[in-house]
Amino acid sequence: MEAILSFFVAIFFAVSIYLMLSKHIIRILLGVSIFGNAVNLTIFTVGRVVREVPPIIPEALQMPDTITANPLPQALILTAIVISFSFFAFLLVLAFRAYQELGTDDTDGMRVAEPEGEPLPPLGY
Amino acid sequence: MAAETVDISHAMVMAPATAGDWLVVAPVAIPILFGALLLMVRHETRLHSGLAIGGLLMTLATNIGLLARILNEGPQVMTMGRWLPPFGISFTADALGASLALVATLVACVCAFYGLKDIGATGRRYGFYPFMLLMMAGVGGSFLTGDIFNLYVWFEVFVISSFGMLILGSTHQQLDGATKYAILNLVGTTLFLTATAFLYGIFGTLNMADIARKADAMRETGPLVTLTMLYLLAFGMKAAAFPVNFWLPASYHTPRIVTAALFGGVLTKVGVYALLRVLVMLFPDERQVLSGVIAWVAAATMILGIMGALAQSDIRRMLGFVVISGVGVMMAGLALGTEEGLTGTVLYAFHSVLAMTALYLLAGVMNEIGGSYSLHDLSGLYRKSPLIAALALLLVLAVAGLPPASGLWPKVLLVRASIDAGQPWLSFAILLTGFLTTVALGRVYILAIWRQKEAPAGEAAAAASPRIGYAALVILTVPVLLLGIYPDPFIRIAAAAATGLIDSSAYVGAVFPMGVQP
Amino acid sequence: MRTLIFRTIAPYLTSLMVLFSIFVLLRGHNDPGGGFIGGLIAASAFAIYGIACGVSPVRRALYFHPMAISGFGLLLSTLAGWLSFFFEVPFMTGLWTKVSVFGLPVDISTVLFFDIGVYLVVVGSITSIALALEEREHG
Repeated sequence: MEAILSFFVAIFFAVSIYLMLSKHIIRILLGVSIFGNAVNLTIFTVGRVVREVPPIIPEALQMPDTITANPLPQALILTAIVISFSFFAFLLVLAFRAYQELGTDDTDGMRVAEPEGEPLPPLGY
Repeated sequence: MAAETVDISHAMVMAPATAGDWLVVAPVAIPILFGALLLMVRHETRLHSGLAIGGLLMTLATNIGLLARILNEGPQVMTMGRWLPPFGISFTADALGASLALVATLVACVCAFYGLKDIGATGRRYGFYPFMLLMMAGVGGSFLTGDIFNLYVWFEVFVISSFGMLILGSTHQQLDGATKYAILNLVGTTLFLTATAFLYGIFGTLNMADIARKADAMRETGPLVTLTMLYLLAFGMKAAAFPVNFWLPASYHTPRIVTAALFGGVLTKVGVYALLRVLVMLFPDERQVLSGVIAWVAAATMILGIMGALAQSDIRRMLGFVVISGVGVMMAGLALGTEEGLTGTVLYAFHSVLAMTALYLLAGVMNEIGGSYSLHDLSGLYRKSPLIAALALLLVLAVAGLPPASGLWPKVLLVRASIDAGQPWLSFAILLTGFLTTVALGRVYILAIWRQKEAPAGEAAAAASPRIGYAALVILTVPVLLLGIYPDPFIRIAAAAATGLIDSSAYVGAVFPMGVQP
Repeated sequence: MRTLIFRTIAPYLTSLMVLFSIFVLLRGHNDPGGGFIGGLIAASAFAIYGIACGVSPVRRALYFHPMAISGFGLLLSTLAGWLSFFFEVPFMTGLWTKVSVFGLPVDISTVLFFDIGVYLVVVGSITSIALALEEREHG
């Protein structure tokens, strides 16, 4: 099972890196979103995949008597999803504003903050 | 119900948490509290500055208390929700984290004070102060947490809040800079998460003390060098180390000057802190393997950074590059990994937080009385304000690493450490960087302050006298000067931080007082 | 998007979804659910209302600014953590008490208030982002 999942993780990473290499903000954003999912799948896979036994301790015992599923990776993934979700929502708004105001989503054209051909500082008095 | 009879001492911390123990979380919980309050009263802009400065001063007080307690009693721990570590999230404060949190909060107080004038009612309504407090909560949490996944969460907290501060005003420049900053930082933190995923896969734990004590046993089987390399890349991106530093000069000059000051002073240092914590404390042997790589990265960062500064005519853009070259100097100590080198790095971090914030604020004051950020336009400021000329001289000397200001001693330590470690070329790089910094900033001083230009038809710009700016600069210059003239206490704290990193037994012992459990 | 059918249904749909979100929030204690997912449901309810009837009716209906709501949620969560201070236990330790409402025992805990805080943070922040996007869409 882990082998198959690792294969998917690899595909996710490859796709996201390919998209992030693009010049267009919208593609980069799609890549970033897939990147986040690739990492979530990684966490899930490295947390070891076992049968779906819920980690609940029976009432009479101090610890579970069989091997249970590991709940921690899911907690980590949930946190990561929440964070990447809010991050992504913010980025969408930001990219949309930037597209409206700057009139381009091509990163080569976004030179407002660092204009081309700025003069060098004065060399003397 | 059987629940009444279960003995919970196997799962929970039973010792009562005294007010002193609460000092560990207070530097994080207080700014969150005040940030939340400020968000609620967003439209009552009159209340903002008072609440923010009050909250930050309280945070500063708890930071001072925490550092004093740590220096007396060793690292302090509080585990959230009473769950025994490694299951609960432990806040673990040692000398390194607490001292950096203290310096960062001090700088934030000064920036909040400077913001009284720099941030108008519109900026306040857009949430400058709430974002600032939430960002400081994130920064404090990063410095004080003892759990690596929690460190990731705090990274995201301060990165997201920093976006809010960055686009305050929404000019075209800011949107452009913020887009690049946001995307590259998101990639950086996601890399951090990737590395943490693999770390969890290898160790099965996320508590840093737990990782530190288990790393020796894992060295044979786990791919720890790969892991360390991933962390180096992820944190290097946050710290703005070459070759993943291009987000910084693209964005740091676009926001309000007080925001830039806080970012330039504090944020990159969080990356450096994370590098120190993970590479030196958790994976020292792997850091040794990678030390050659780190040394080259450090040298490239400092020299290319300062060369970028030489080519800029806008003071704010130049300062962005100066921040980068400072990160290179700090990474030199990381590459050496000796106690003296790390002491130098920590001391340089103190100096850099104070001096870079002060320099950005200085640029803001210069803009106010000189009317520009460009070296082409600024001139003759010493006539308008001799005080600024004096403060600027001190700050330029500090960043260049010349006496009598704060930059001297960390560089002395780092140069000596690199010679002792048999890497004289690294000390040459540090000295060359110092020389080029002197050239770059000395030029600013000469052009903006000494140069006499023919006054363009009557000096209509009546001498504005930004009192708040002067006061903020004086407050920051005092510790800068103190660090230069009487460095002993600072060096002692930095040395305590460095020993705590190299020998993690006190840190581990504080988290696991009962010793190693099966 | 502003068809007659949608505009007629949207208020009912929104109120149902908000009700459901509170149900999800409260059941989250022992069953799947909780503040985050409940908050998302409520936020999407407001987003639907905004798409159907425009943004300003939503702002009027919410009365408070969405960011103020999320600020209050953050305050509530943090205070739930700070309450531990007075019981000499570490930050964010769950504290429980039983109260009787009309003869029914109800468990009240700091965990519950923390979760309500999370709910309000999510409702406020996601609604404010959604409304900002919708405002742009319509002019």
